[in-house]
This record gives sequence, structure tokens and C-alpha cells, in this order.
Amino acid sequence: MNPEIISTTTEEYKELIESLKKDGFEMMVDLTVVDWFRKKEPRFEIVVQFLSTSKNSRRTVKVFVNDEDLTIPSITDIYPSANFYEREAYDMFGIVFEDHPDLTRILMPDDWEGHPLRKNYGSGRIPVQFKNAPKVD
Amino acid sequence: MKNNRIKKSKLSNFKNKLDFWATNSEEGGWNISSTDEGSQKMLENENEKQIKIQTGTEVVDDFVIDEDTSDDERMIVNMGPQHPSTHGVLRLQLELEGEVVRRVKPIIGYLHTGMEKTGEELNYFQGPTNTTRMDYLSPLFNELVFSLTTEKLIGIEVPKRAETIRILMTELNRVSSHLVALATGGMDIGALSMMIFGFRERELILNFFEKTTGLRMNHNYIRPGGVAADLPDGWQKDVEEILKIIPEKLQDYDDMLLDNPIWKGRLQNVGILTTEECFAYGVTGPSLRASGYSWDLRKSQPYSGIENYEFDVPTLTEGDVFARWRVKVLEIFESLKIIEQAMNNMPKGPYKVQDKKITPPPRKRLDESMEALIHHFKIYTEGFKVPEGDAYVAVESPRGELGCYIVSDGSAKPYRMHVRGPSFCNLQALPVIMTDSPIADAVAAIASLDPVLGDVDR
Repeated sequence: MNPEIISTTTEEYKELIESLKKDGFEMMVDLTVVDWFRKKEPRFEIVVQFLSTSKNSRRTVKVFVNDEDLTIPSITDIYPSANFYEREAYDMFGIVFEDHPDLTRILMPDDWEGHPLRKNYGSGRIPVQFKNAPKVD
Repeated sequence: MKNNRIKKSKLSNFKNKLDFWATNSEEGGWNISSTDEGSQKMLENENEKQIKIQTGTEVVDDFVIDEDTSDDERMIVNMGPQHPSTHGVLRLQLELEGEVVRRVKPIIGYLHTGMEKTGEELNYFQGPTNTTRMDYLSPLFNELVFSLTTEKLIGIEVPKRAETIRILMTELNRVSSHLVALATGGMDIGALSMMIFGFRERELILNFFEKTTGLRMNHNYIRPGGVAADLPDGWQKDVEEILKIIPEKLQDYDDMLLDNPIWKGRLQNVGILTTEECFAYGVTGPSLRASGYSWDLRKSQPYSGIENYEFDVPTLTEGDVFARWRVKVLEIFESLKIIEQAMNNMPKGPYKVQDKKITPPPRKRLDESMEALIHHFKIYTEGFKVPEGDAYVAVESPRGELGCYIVSDGSAKPYRMHVRGPSFCNLQALPVIMTDSPIADAVAAIASLDPVLGDVDR
């Protein structure tokens, strides 16, 4: 089933989501980010998948977010399921969701530096040490 | 002087070691505070919205406060990450009042291995080796969804036999996954015989998987363009045995548990999840069907030719732990129906697409044909190129909607590979089903959602 794709801007993003909710899209299924580093401008593309079980259809919403700005309104008040996904997007790409109740890292440790899924983040091995644990050799 | 310094550093080194191990001593006390830093504070400095989420009252407010409890009984407890009933390395911060759970904060990430980053570095041919390790109880679904997405991007259709083998294998996988869910669910509540029974029957299916794919788990069997190998000789016999034994054993479980007053007393009216809450938190799969909403992607958005099979979607209305347990048992029966139909109607023909650019040629051809050797070399070194574009495909995994989103930039590796794990999303409903019930029921509630932490953390 091919989802219908809607492109929008960060200003109109929240209104669009509200209208989708009114249109009967009960579930926000997935939220993820694509990093178009040096390929597209603006750099980050946020891709949100919606599902309507009553109409049996899907929608994909795509928003581009600027590298300097990095902020986009949070949709957790409309779809509570966005909570974890927005935290994941913040953790992995550094996108800041405004008015999110608890925008902290979710998968990486709290004191991690950098955002691992960005294209300019290398994928080498990093020595991992537990937080503040004394070294035992 | 120099000597002295070395001695000093050696001594401090030793002290560090001592501190590390003797955390109970007065001097080593700082170590305790440093290693579990913030663990008690995480639940404290929080705003109203967060408290609403953690008490599970964001969607439907059914929060009841017993006025009698004093602050002395209020306690913040860490459950996990190393806790047998959290199904892996899930950590929960609980606020308890006496024995009643008031607030829950799930903390995840202990099993995060950056599989989405790895997915960007493996080509499409290697992709299933990576995705199969995500949800390790239903690995074939992960391979299937990755393969379907890749095929959608390329725009090919796999042969009928490959489709039927895919259905046969994934439905067997659903049975084995549900059996583990029933087994561990029983174990968490104390029905230890259920645990042994569930794992025993699962072994039958895993043996068949081993025969077909070579491995019990992490098969890498379903690949873009078809499946890796044909079914082994005499596979019907093994499947027939599974079809004969599993219903008998399920009957045994029902005799043991269905009318068992202890089992019912422990599970009924515990951890209730309404349809509204399911929609709000994106809960799909058996948990949604146990809450009275008949939604199955196999029926509504069929994949891999599953629309040609006859089966029902069991739906219960209670939405409690008992209903979620019952739905899984009923789903096993439906899956067995599909397996039987797939076995009887297995078409003949190739088990992968004959496009040599996508699937490697059989080993025998390499000795005869130069072209086959070139194709083989090309696929195993570079992989195949996939046209530019993006696609989202979802299948019904044993835990709910399993989606895969791939962005291709025209090369042999995905530009971005994202997997929508059902467990990750379902986990958000934990506060709803755990709060306002005793901590013993909370354990049953976690087990009923059946989270697989490999799928949550990826």
C-alpha cells in the first residue's frame, strides 16, 4: 500500500498534523529523520507516518528542518505516541522538538556527545566506559 | 623521589580497586553515589505533563489515590535493567506507595548497538543479516520487511513459490514467537510448567528452521529477490508433525490454564488497555486486538500474497492481561491454518527471481558459465544498485506493525534504513497498564505486552 506523501513547512507542520487527526488518522506510526548532509539544503528531513484504521489508508508527512535552526514543534500533545520517537530523533540527529515534555536522550547514555546517525558522525569504535566508574585494570 | 611517586600512584590505584569492590565500606561510599547517579532523582524534578504520562493518565484519567497512604510509604525503586521479568534489559523507575505502583518511567537503551547506522554500511544483499538480529524472537519478519521494502524500491515481484515459502516460514515464526510469549508470561506469574511447555513446543519449530535455514535464530533466509534456499527434502513431514503436535499441546495449556481459578484471578482485570489508549500510544498487534479492535495488516493491507489464505482475526474485548494471553493462543490456531494451506498449495517453480543482477546464481552454474561467475562476484563484492527513492512497508509481526523505511540514493547501500519496531512503540503504554496495581501484577502486565528489547533498542 503506497502512502500518500504530503510535504509541508515547519510553520504549517502542526496545523497539518491537527487536521490529519481530525480527518481520522488515529495513529502516528513512525517518526524518523533523514540527514541529507551536503546533498540537500535544508539538511534534515523529518518523515512521519500516519495510519488510519477506519479508512485503511496511510499518509506520510515530510518536513525539512534547517541545520542552523534545528527546531520543530512537538506533536506529543496531539499524538502521545510521538514521545519516544521524538526523543529518538533528538538523540540520534539533534533535532529539538519544542514543548516536548521530556526531551532527553533515549538510547544513548545521558552524557554522550554528538548525534550518532548524522552522516558526518563516523562509525568507528569508541571505548565505552560506564558513567563515572573507576577504572579497574 | 621518583620512586616514591611511583609508589604513591600504585597505592592510589590499589585504593581505587578497593573502593570499587568494597562499596559497602564507609570510605568507598562515594562510589555508590557516583555509579547510580541521579537514579533516585529522575522521577522527582518533573513537570505536570510528565507526571501525567508516568501515571498513565494522559489519555484516560483513571488514576485513583488512596488517601490513607503517608509519605513514608512512598518509595522510588529501580526495577531492572537486570531483572528476569523485564524480558531483557528494560529498566523501570517505579514510584511505589506501599505495594501499589503509582508512577512508571521506562528507561531503555541498554541494548542499543546502532543497527540503523550499521544498516547504512551494509549493502542490500547483506541487509537481512543485520535486520534479523533486531527482534530476535521473530527474525524472519524482520528479514521479510527489509526484503519487501527493497523489492518495492527496485520494483520486482518474487515468484509464487518464494511468496508461499515466505508465508509458511513467517507464520511458523509467529507460532514460535507466541509460544515464547506464553511461556515467559507464565513464568513471570509463577506458572513454571507453562514456561517449560512453551519452550518445549517451540523447539519443534526451531528444529525445522535449523533444517531449512541452517540456524535456529538469525536466519538470513528471506532475502531481497526471494529466499536463500529451497525447502529441504521431506519438509512436508516435519510441517505435518508440527501441525499435529501443537494443537494437542495447546489443548493441554487450555486444560491447565483456561478454567484455572488461580490463573484467572491473577490475570483478569489487570493491566487494562482501552482501544482509545491503544490508538494514542500506537499500540498494534495482539494487544490492540485484545482491546476490542479488529485490526490486522494481513487482512487490511496484505503482503506477500497472504490475501489468498483463509483465516480469522481473533478479537477480544476485555483488554486485560488475560485477553492478551488468550488472543495469542487463538492466533496460533489461525497461523496453523495458514501454514496448512501454504503447505498444501505450495507451487512449483523457482524460489528466487531469475534476475542474475539481484540474486546470485546457483553454485553449480559457476563451474560452467563465465557470466554466472561474473554475476556471482559482482553480487558478493558490490551488491546490486537500487533506484533512487524512498519506501515504507509494514507487515504484521507477532508484536504489531513492523515497518521498514529505506531511503535509496541510487547506490548499492541504503542511504538511510529505519525500522519501526513494534516493541518500541508498545512500550510507551507501560505506565498505563502498570499504574494503580500491585507490583506483582505489574510483572504480569509487562509480560503481556511481550516486548523484545532487541527490537526496542536496535
